[in-house]
Amino acid sequence: MLENKKIELSPVELKKEDFVSDQMVKWCPGCGAHAILAAVSNVFPKIGYRKENFTMVSGIGCSSRFPYYVDTFGFHGIHGRASAIASGVKIANPGLSVWIATGDGDSMAIGGNHFIHILRRNIDVNIMLFNNEIYGLTKGQFSPTTPIGAVTKSSPHGTIEHPFVVAGLVMGAQGTFFARVPDNNVKLMTEVMYEAAKHDGTSVVEILQNCIIFADKTHGDVVSREYRDDRQLILRHGEPMIFGKNKDKGIILTGNHLEVATIGENGIREKDILVHDQFDKDPGIHRMLGRMTPPDFPVAMGVIRSAPYATYDDLTEQQIEMARKTSKIQTVNDLLRSGNTWEI
Amino acid sequence: MTATKSKPVELEDVVVKFVGDSGDGMQLTGTLFSDAAALAGNDLATFPDFPAEIRAPHNTVAGVSGFQVHLGQRKIYTSGDMCDVLVAMNPASLKANLKWVNQGGTIVVDSSAFEQKAVEKAGYLSNPLEDGTLSGYNVIKVPIAELTREKLAKLEIDKRLAERTKNMFVLGLMFYIFQRDPQKTLDFIEEKFKAKTMVAEANQEAIKAGYDYGESLNGQMPVFKMGPAPMEKGLYRNITGNIATAWGLLAAAERSGRPLFLGSYPITPATEILMELTRHKSLGAKVFQAEDEIAGICSAIGASFAGSMAVTTTSGPGLSLKSEAMGLAVITELPLVIVNVQRAGPSTGMPTKSEQSDLMQALYGRNGECPMIVMAASSAANCFYFAYEAAKLSMEHMTPVILLTDGYLGFGSELFKIPDVNELPPIKPPLADPNDKNFKPYRRDEKTLVRKWAIPGTEGLRHRIGGLEKTNIDGNVSTDPLNHQLMVNIREEKVNRVADYIPLQEIHGEPEGDLLVVGWGGTEGALLSTVKRMQDEEKKISLAHFNYIKPLPKNTREIFSRFKKIIVCELNMGQFVNYLRISLPEYRYYQYNKVQGLPFHIQELMDIFNKHLEEK
Repeated sequence: MLENKKIELSPVELKKEDFVSDQMVKWCPGCGAHAILAAVSNVFPKIGYRKENFTMVSGIGCSSRFPYYVDTFGFHGIHGRASAIASGVKIANPGLSVWIATGDGDSMAIGGNHFIHILRRNIDVNIMLFNNEIYGLTKGQFSPTTPIGAVTKSSPHGTIEHPFVVAGLVMGAQGTFFARVPDNNVKLMTEVMYEAAKHDGTSVVEILQNCIIFADKTHGDVVSREYRDDRQLILRHGEPMIFGKNKDKGIILTGNHLEVATIGENGIREKDILVHDQFDKDPGIHRMLGRMTPPDFPVAMGVIRSAPYATYDDLTEQQIEMARKTSKIQTVNDLLRSGNTWEI
Repeated sequence: MTATKSKPVELEDVVVKFVGDSGDGMQLTGTLFSDAAALAGNDLATFPDFPAEIRAPHNTVAGVSGFQVHLGQRKIYTSGDMCDVLVAMNPASLKANLKWVNQGGTIVVDSSAFEQKAVEKAGYLSNPLEDGTLSGYNVIKVPIAELTREKLAKLEIDKRLAERTKNMFVLGLMFYIFQRDPQKTLDFIEEKFKAKTMVAEANQEAIKAGYDYGESLNGQMPVFKMGPAPMEKGLYRNITGNIATAWGLLAAAERSGRPLFLGSYPITPATEILMELTRHKSLGAKVFQAEDEIAGICSAIGASFAGSMAVTTTSGPGLSLKSEAMGLAVITELPLVIVNVQRAGPSTGMPTKSEQSDLMQALYGRNGECPMIVMAASSAANCFYFAYEAAKLSMEHMTPVILLTDGYLGFGSELFKIPDVNELPPIKPPLADPNDKNFKPYRRDEKTLVRKWAIPGTEGLRHRIGGLEKTNIDGNVSTDPLNHQLMVNIREEKVNRVADYIPLQEIHGEPEGDLLVVGWGGTEGALLSTVKRMQDEEKKISLAHFNYIKPLPKNTREIFSRFKKIIVCELNMGQFVNYLRISLPEYRYYQYNKVQGLPFHIQELMDIFNKHLEEK
């Protein structure tokens, strides 16, 4: 259970089944979103808040049907606006655990503005970003994370746009929490979501999600059984950044750059490998980790950054509390009678 | 030496305008002059007239800042059309405002500001004080800057401070002309500059010097006399429409027990509401200055879902951006107050100029069949009551409400009789009870069709709503043809039934006659002044001025049926008149429209109404 001064805990132990809604799940068979739903129903009982205190908010897209499938309070918004809606929910009632389900189109394109501003403000909500690098619900157009050159329904000759790197965008926007997980590792996803809930502030969990219809295996070179050990670095706070089938590869810092080294080669020993500090306020190493891509690097998974900063919602409550203690105006009648008035 | 006073001229009402360069302090001078008039018991209305640019070039027409006040010993409805007294601190301000002075009016000028360079910079070919430009007016030339400097010489203050207090010299002179006791103002200045005694002293000396100067002219200075207006007993203050709107919203939050949440993005002329609400955290108001207009309304919708009394404030271009989200509030049937302080459009238009041209957008400017309550405030002070009422109807009927005000109401001020908030009508939001076994998201009250407000965190009420069409009662996603028809019908009918909960339309004047003047929103003062004046001339003319637009008051048809002619007057090209043509097609409507960024003037309205009365 997660102790949180603002959000009330459940008096009874909750189970996975407590969060299953009565709605039929309408995602395609084989869609990565099913795994995300599984992870959420794993993690909500573990977090342990009263079930009434969970609120799911979404925008538009395949990802955004999520609230209908979880038996909590839910709000299915309009395209791109989940972050703005959720900001209002959380500021209005800090006693709620607010979760956003969104996609790469919803958050990176039409909702890009709200996405960067919720991060900058550090409002305490959890964003699950389903990144399948394609527009699914509108049937296969390229998105802001589609790799350059990809042939899609709206780029028959290949895209000519540079994609966003979600981690870079999050940290550029002063994001305080960023994690990444593949959709085929529910265990890691559950752990990471727990960490996201624990973090005070906006947390972004990027899920490398497969769209079996329009962008099948788009993450295949990273997440498939064949490659995953050599191309994924699963970060754990306080542990050296070691990966590979034989656990013999690691990340070292050479000058201003990260590099992959093999332990035992060129005099590299385990103690030369960087140790992960997810709580470091300086985003320097976090940014470099977030940008790593094959073939030169593995992709960093797990919690890359979880830096402690004050949240917008806490500061809001503090200002109100202070004003209530110090202001002469305690009622609207006081306000109407303040300043320059006269009797006739 | 005893000063001999001119014989005072008694005034029923007077329009005074203070104009000068942006830095001349005309807003403060006008405000202090108005406050003194209010204390003397006059009724009044004010309107500031400042350039859109923050600091336009010195001594240019673009940089002229003005403050107009209309005061009277009778009820005052507008800040006035033409002015009777103009106080001009430089040639540019005279140039920009001479066309607004009544023939024969009084013009007080700072003659020391009319040197060659300033005259040319204002665009005059020769000095207007000498070339006959002002021959039709009663001109009072006073070397204000010079006299201020002289009078303050004994204080040994720096020249810039002396220069900056010339507006207080003018204020003192105006106090003499209007026979006001300057003492309260002197006390106010003492208080305001407590920490800067030198500044306080300079300002006080300047006021006294101006007053004494008027007195010393031995009867050459005209003197006006004005008694108190008949006003209801009570506690009063001066208030602008934007502040009144903010306070009405705070009052509604307090009475409903739902905390106020404002999601808003700065935009002229609505920004004051945002700034005012953010000052009142002690009343629990949460103000979220969003990254854009869309986030402003979407955060408010989120807050409304979470149980707050949610508000978003904007002006025309912002309303356009909010359209999609307004539909979301309609389909989720959540309370939300959308305040639109209208300005001249389209697009960026004229941000500081007023217009009533967003009515069609408020009524229809969304995708789908998307009805909501539309209402309008009609005076600076009644913005308080209509903001309160908008919030009340929104929560009690679980629907978004658009409250239309405009730049003229928002920036303008009038006297406000301070109410007791606890005596305002109660507000009872339809909250769902915890563990209500019968709760369904779209189960409705039979009479009002209103659903329950089920707030996240409440036990036993977990549910999902959103922008997709839902089944009635259960609230499941549905594309069923008959269900959609049903939900569209219900949403429309729910808003129409609000007509049972709003007051009947009032009529100013006889309930029947030759001509019914119809208006809505911010033009009430001008229309009412005109109609009253014509009623005094025994004309069979009445005014029906609307605050409730959708739904219309239930007696609208009946009112219209009792007049030979109906004329609808609006500061747009005919939006309310066309709505009436759709809503009550059995009547013939004449129309009078103006889109010049200016309010209606009484004379132009009288000409139009007389013409209609003659052509029977």
